[in-house]
Amino acid sequence: MKRLITTIMMLGAAGAFAEMSVEEIVNKANQAAYYAGQDGSAEVEMKIVDPSGSERVRAFTLLRMNTENGAQKFYVYFKKPADLYKQVFLVWKEVEPGKEDSRWMWLPALNLKRSIAPGDKRTSFVGSDFVYEDVSGRGLKEDRHELIETTDTQYVVKNTPVDPGSVEFSYYTVRIDQDTFLPRRAEYFDKNGKHYRTVEGTKVETIQGFPTVTESVVKDLNSGGSTINTFTNVKYDIGLKENIFTERFLRRPPREVTR
Amino acid sequence: MNITVQTVTKTSCSSAKRVVNVLLLSLLPLSSFALDTELHGFVDGRVGTRTRNDPYEDQRSLTELRAQLDSLTYFDASELQFRADFLYDDLEDDLEKIDLQTGDGFIDLRELNLLFSPLSSMDVKVGRQILTWGTGDLLFINDLFPKDWNSFLLGRDEEYLKAPSDAIYASWFPSVGSFDLAYMPRMDADRYIDGTRVSYWNPARQSIAGQNAVIDAEQRDELFQDHEISARFYRPILSYEGALYAYHGFWKSPEGYDPALMKNYFPGLNSYGASVQGALGSGLVNAEAGYYDSREDRAGTNPFVPNSQARFLAGYEREAAKNLMAGVQYYVEWMMDHDDYLAGLPTTDTARDEFRHVLTLRLTWMLMNQNLILGLFTFYSPSDNDAYLRPAATYKFTDHWSATVNGNWFIGENDHTFFGQFRYNSNVNLAIRYSF
Repeated sequence: MKRLITTIMMLGAAGAFAEMSVEEIVNKANQAAYYAGQDGSAEVEMKIVDPSGSERVRAFTLLRMNTENGAQKFYVYFKKPADLYKQVFLVWKEVEPGKEDSRWMWLPALNLKRSIAPGDKRTSFVGSDFVYEDVSGRGLKEDRHELIETTDTQYVVKNTPVDPGSVEFSYYTVRIDQDTFLPRRAEYFDKNGKHYRTVEGTKVETIQGFPTVTESVVKDLNSGGSTINTFTNVKYDIGLKENIFTERFLRRPPREVTR
Repeated sequence: MNITVQTVTKTSCSSAKRVVNVLLLSLLPLSSFALDTELHGFVDGRVGTRTRNDPYEDQRSLTELRAQLDSLTYFDASELQFRADFLYDDLEDDLEKIDLQTGDGFIDLRELNLLFSPLSSMDVKVGRQILTWGTGDLLFINDLFPKDWNSFLLGRDEEYLKAPSDAIYASWFPSVGSFDLAYMPRMDADRYIDGTRVSYWNPARQSIAGQNAVIDAEQRDELFQDHEISARFYRPILSYEGALYAYHGFWKSPEGYDPALMKNYFPGLNSYGASVQGALGSGLVNAEAGYYDSREDRAGTNPFVPNSQARFLAGYEREAAKNLMAGVQYYVEWMMDHDDYLAGLPTTDTARDEFRHVLTLRLTWMLMNQNLILGLFTFYSPSDNDAYLRPAATYKFTDHWSATVNGNWFIGENDHTFFGQFRYNSNVNLAIRYSF
């Protein structure tokens, strides 16, 4: 009897998977990749390797907080390289269509808070091969999603931009793990259909119950450059206060980031 | 330090080692306390030359090597910031004569302050610090904190436009908005153009002057008497940030003249203003206004004291193309009682206009994975018919090494206009920097 119930439940669950719409899949993937916990912090090191093999390193502490209706706030405190030391990059991310993110830079030598005009989100993040959208997430409504393949362990979703003129790719595919819903590999195709860029989650660890990408690699197949991102000291639900994401804490970075 | 102790612990077996161990462990709290310091900085070598012959100044505009040390030490409930430049300046005649106010000599102390929070909704920073507020881009209305115009015009890094203040800076964050109050017990004047390094229009001589007529102004150095107070209140208004400002102090450059002392001096100034900034479409807008109350001559009839002014600016910035940012600003200075000003002048040929209009354009282009940054900042005044161009190119060779070439190009028809007066100072510079 018990076995029967379990079997029915498993069948039911399998049925739910089979019927899961592509919207649900990308929603869950977006949640898993960018919204784990109510807030979180991590130490991030970006190793940028140019085509000639020379390396540059960016290191920063990242604070993130989920606010309302999918909006988020990010606080990025730079530790490396030396010319960015103590600079802060603050983002209030918006997801409502037509609403732009608010972004600020804190320049400690000038004691200056500089607003940054809403920019092309597909430009490089601090000189790396990651673009802003890779870091903060691309709006789900900006692409049409299509489930093109379901393997034993992954969903493969094809994403075609609603406004093709706003981006450099014609479409990209994302492989999403079925068990964790973490996006594991994205491949970008240019206007000629050539695969030119890959973003890959190369290490996953479960931290406080949240499956977390702790190493990701982006490769620019055209230039031959790549960037490796490693996340250490990842913590969730640390009880951040929203006022950390204001001018007060640009002027005096909180201990959460400096220590 | 931790690592050292652990290694010793693992290998300890003899009693001698155990003693060392205990000693190291007992030192640990002390040393980690003492070592909770971050040290960074850079070494920057800079050479520059005037692009035309200036009869009153050296042909070289810059020849200097500076090392900046920047340290931040954390205590339980406070932070100590220290940042100072150690400088060899080949154009300085006496490097051993250190003046922390003007930055002369081989030390320029940029910051030495203690930050703490006496209340959970209050921060206080006491000591030497760099202070900035307002919305303009290289245009200042309500920011009456000291500027170093010599560094700016000669092509040092842009951070040197801001000179340090010796201040008590208190910020209070109740729910209604944020209040900032800066009290400077002794006036922190601009590092103004005095003729030593940059030639300028001298109205008394009715000619360009430089080292032949260095302005030796009467200092405002009476503690708690020659003081300045700056205040700001800011809060969000809809999706914009609004701010109100007030200042009680002095004109920041010695624009007054004391006929009894036969010296320039810093006349009294109060100012009141407001600003707003925020997103508009795919760009950012800002607007700022201020009223400069020249309180020693409110009627505007005393020719030795600058008249009151109203100042206004508006700006818009957006991404013009991928990796190319563009910003434009309009700025106007309106002199009150212009007729009275004219009446007090011996000659009106070189008089200032009632309105001085300025347009600015900033272009910043990032190339080669943001390792090459090309910039151009242009000031243009249609009323004075003069201009000031600041082109710059910076290349970051590695995470440590970078080089910058920049220029300061002054264009004007007349000797007496705001940018035109500097036209013999046009210069080009090369800088090499190692950051650590």
